Amino acid sequence: MMDELLERSSDGRTSEQFGIVGPFDTVTNRDGGLPAYLRRVWAVAAKDVRTELRAKEIVGTMAAFAVLAAVVFGLAFDLRVPRPELVVPGILWVIILFTGVLGLQRSFGSEMDRGTLTGLLLAPVERSALYFGKVAANLLYFLIVEALLAPTLLILFDVNLMRPLILLGLLLGTVGYTSVGTLFAALTAQSRARETLLPVLLLPVLAPLFIAGVSLTTAILSARPLSDLWRWLVIMALYDALFLTIAFLLFDLIWEQS
Amino acid sequence: MTQQPALIRCERVTKRFGRKRVLRDVSLTVSAGEVVALLGANGAGKTTLLRIVAGLDRPKQGEVWLGAVPLSAADHEIRRYIGVVAHAPLVYDGLTGAENLRFFARMYDLMKPETRIEQVLRGMGLWRRRDDLVRAYSRGMIQRLAIARAILHDPPVLIFDEPDTGLDRESIELLAELIRQLRQGKRAMLITTHERERAFAWADRVCELRDGRLVSGS
Repeated sequence: MMDELLERSSDGRTSEQFGIVGPFDTVTNRDGGLPAYLRRVWAVAAKDVRTELRAKEIVGTMAAFAVLAAVVFGLAFDLRVPRPELVVPGILWVIILFTGVLGLQRSFGSEMDRGTLTGLLLAPVERSALYFGKVAANLLYFLIVEALLAPTLLILFDVNLMRPLILLGLLLGTVGYTSVGTLFAALTAQSRARETLLPVLLLPVLAPLFIAGVSLTTAILSARPLSDLWRWLVIMALYDALFLTIAFLLFDLIWEQS
Repeated sequence: MTQQPALIRCERVTKRFGRKRVLRDVSLTVSAGEVVALLGANGAGKTTLLRIVAGLDRPKQGEVWLGAVPLSAADHEIRRYIGVVAHAPLVYDGLTGAENLRFFARMYDLMKPETRIEQVLRGMGLWRRRDDLVRAYSRGMIQRLAIARAILHDPPVLIFDEPDTGLDRESIELLAELIRQLRQGKRAMLITTHERERAFAWADRVCELRDGRLVSGS
């Protein structure tokens, strides 16, 4: 592409104060394929996590909200639910649903507010690499919050959610939620009303995942046979695959300016 | 003297926001080794034109070419050849100066990132503060870091939107030296500034936008 772009000039050598020595195209690799793509995904995720570790802006808020919401539910049910395994699945997924919106809003919102989104969009990377980097960081935030939420619900309702199949369901649900949520966070990032727009757009799309998550968790806590559980796991896995594919295909279009 | 190739070529670029025409039939060429300054009042369309040249926005009509490549047909690799200093610094205040450049070095897939990062940080006089968080930088230092970010991947096309904003006298001299070196290095530069004298001092050619039209210097 460089030859197509330019007639190179080799007589442009000058002082090296800023490293501008010409000819061009001397400092970057190109066409790195999948390894380069994955390096960029990792770079975006690592940057977000490093920034969050210092700012404690997203995870702190999400964790505090999740624990407080669990306590409020505990108080609402007066801590004396006859069969807590029937209400805890709903409580778990409702808290995840509302907590997630708080974190997802900041995913692209903070880039917009700080004016750094343009820097990302100027980089010679596929937009989908930005998306997957953001999904990876959001997934980590969600999992940290869920790791706090499960023991909180155990203390409040005496229901142990730390069972392999529930954790698998949580992982599938969280991947689905972050994949859709990150996509919608990007869609609404440039809107002034993104705080209200994101949940309004997101919650209906999450309904199948929410229903599957609650049903799966209820089925596991009610000790239903394994054959009753698979369909919910399959629905969640299909949902994840569908929205990750849609996001991969459509994410470029979000940033296209007419 | 041999004619240098045109690295930026805008042909009859028109842009509307709603019913308002922000750019009207703007045609402009910047050759390798040439610095063109764009003057104009606020709202004249300078930043919009720069965003279109940077590939951040699309014209309603017309075309922008980088060398032989029309932007409308280019893929993401074209952005490797563009360096931008925008109104916002485009750096993360929660990261250190070096971490910021390390992040962008990964995004641009630099071959020897640490060497290059040291080179530009020393060049911009930020090496000793490289491990400080950007939120502890002064406005001038942030602007110098923004410039370091823009030249990190040594692009042939540079777009500087009011790069002198917030810079003290010493930093402006550093910027003038950088522009001189970029010109000698055969880069094509499009710069906007509110300082008329500075525009004439820095640029080979000064153009003026008025109500979206290029009224001189195309």
